Amino acid sequence: MNFTAFVDAAKDGILTGSLYALMATGLTLIFGVMDIINVAQGILVILGAYLSYALSVHLGIDLFVGLAITIPTLFVVGIVIEKAFLGRLKGPEKTAMSILVTFAVALLIEGSLNMIFSVNPVQLHAWYVNRSFSVGGIHFAYIYVAGFVLAVVMLSALYYMLYRTRFGVSVRASLADQASAALVGIDVRRVSTICFGIGVAVTAAGGMIYGATTTFNANTSYDLISRLLTIIVLGGMGSLGGAMLGGVLLVFVGNIVGVIAGPIWSTMAYYVLLVIVLLVRPQGLFGKQSARVA
Amino acid sequence: MLQKKNLWWVVALAAFVAFPLLQKNPSYQTIGVWTLLYMACAASWNMFSGYSGYIALGSGVFFGSGAYTMALISVHAHMAPGAAMFWLVPVAGVVATAIAVPFGWISLRVRRHTFVVITIAFFFIFQNAASNLSFTGGTSGLQLPFITWGVSYFDLPFYYVALGLVIFVTILSALVRRSRFGLQLLAIRDDEDRALGLGVKVQAVKITGFAMSAFTIGMAGAVYAMFLGQVYPAGSGFAFDPLFDLSIAMMSFFGGLGTLAGPLIGALILESAQQYLTVNYSNGSLYLILLGGLFLIVFMVMPQGIVVAIRDRVSKRAQREKAAVADNELLTAGAAK
Repeated sequence: MNFTAFVDAAKDGILTGSLYALMATGLTLIFGVMDIINVAQGILVILGAYLSYALSVHLGIDLFVGLAITIPTLFVVGIVIEKAFLGRLKGPEKTAMSILVTFAVALLIEGSLNMIFSVNPVQLHAWYVNRSFSVGGIHFAYIYVAGFVLAVVMLSALYYMLYRTRFGVSVRASLADQASAALVGIDVRRVSTICFGIGVAVTAAGGMIYGATTTFNANTSYDLISRLLTIIVLGGMGSLGGAMLGGVLLVFVGNIVGVIAGPIWSTMAYYVLLVIVLLVRPQGLFGKQSARVA
Repeated sequence: MLQKKNLWWVVALAAFVAFPLLQKNPSYQTIGVWTLLYMACAASWNMFSGYSGYIALGSGVFFGSGAYTMALISVHAHMAPGAAMFWLVPVAGVVATAIAVPFGWISLRVRRHTFVVITIAFFFIFQNAASNLSFTGGTSGLQLPFITWGVSYFDLPFYYVALGLVIFVTILSALVRRSRFGLQLLAIRDDEDRALGLGVKVQAVKITGFAMSAFTIGMAGAVYAMFLGQVYPAGSGFAFDPLFDLSIAMMSFFGGLGTLAGPLIGALILESAQQYLTVNYSNGSLYLILLGGLFLIVFMVMPQGIVVAIRDRVSKRAQREKAAVADNELLTAGAAK
């Protein structure tokens, strides 16, 4: 174990972690506004990756240019899922049902992707995917840096939307208290639908970088969704800041443990971290402590 | 009350007992074994999650632990392959229950939404451990003593043991449902804070229910390992399978969450359909599409599950008939005047 390995682990933790933060932000936004746990988020990331794959292989469109197509496409996919199924959920079992409904949606997408693209793992390719530059002896892969920039840009846009626009006020009001938001005249149904669309749309960007940095098939979505769920629980469900910190922390801790104890323990590390955090703070790092959470 | 309702249970039981005697095709008998194992797991899962409203998605931990208990003991004790290995099934159930107590103690400190996700995290901790520890045989898993009894009746012992598990868990669920303990679980589902205020020891009740549901799932895992002849930590259809958790939850919702017959019916339909598709078309992707699509359709048409939808329809018809009879009586009474 040496110093450079630590620096690399820390650097990757921040660069890759920001992407997980982006994908988890979509998930926690959906949960906070709608009380819905979208377990299809993992397969939607893969769907985004496959869309980029199809565009680049069959039409020769650059991965980053392709985002102009994949992000709106996934936004529409999200709206359709919300309108068709999730909007019908109500009652005390709403959150539990949402897990199963989105899981059913995930299975439909998984089965379809398997049939269209086969189960053989693929990876996204472009001239910049395997190149890197070095600053002060530390190597930076272009794709990781690009992913970091992309995540920061999208998260900033999201924050701008939430804190500087009228729609953002409605979203934050719905996050805080749906009944009161409805009472002051906010169309909570519409806000929910659009939030779901946004929460899903961010997976297009996450999926593209994910697909460029690792091989994937539809089955890798299980690994993804378990990480994303861990992140939002760690950060506190419904907390946007918690999702960002959780994302970076997860990859960071995983990498550091990987350096110290070997890569096989890095996955285990963040699940153990999660359990420890929850023993001390059951509501997560930034979760709201409320007396009555059914 | 006894007659009509219980008659259905007797008929169903007779059909399950008779099935492998009438259907000699071993591949269909194998489907029967898988289906019964899933029925036992779904019913056992429902006994905690359905009654208490705490949706657990980490029950694969119990299934996998049960499978590994069977594998580890039979391998290290150099057991002779044969029916004696079935004695390990309850042992596996006890091990699963013992694991469920600390698991429940940690994960049940939080409320429902977070509980779901923590159970998922626990599942991955166990899956990782099984893949990486040396005594579990790492990713290559363990080979169990190879069972050599006759090919013509190979499936039968497994089938009837699995059926025994289903009967056991059904009776247990019915007893829990009628007991004071069962009412406490239902009270937690309806309003946990009020239940606490009324003096229900919610934490103890929840942990007990969670551990009880682990027992049968662990036993089913042991039968599974013995039937398969080997255990692997990860991958589709192996000891720690994330689809397992979601499947049994979906089966229970599909049939009717919190009802006695619902999870059994849900598992019967979904698991036999999956196995049938796998055997005849060997197409897992098609099954995923069908499972997802079927669930969404049932969800749209009968959001409460099959059993509740049918029960509502029957009771509505009974009400209508009663109303019609009452109307007739009024009419005849009026005519007589």
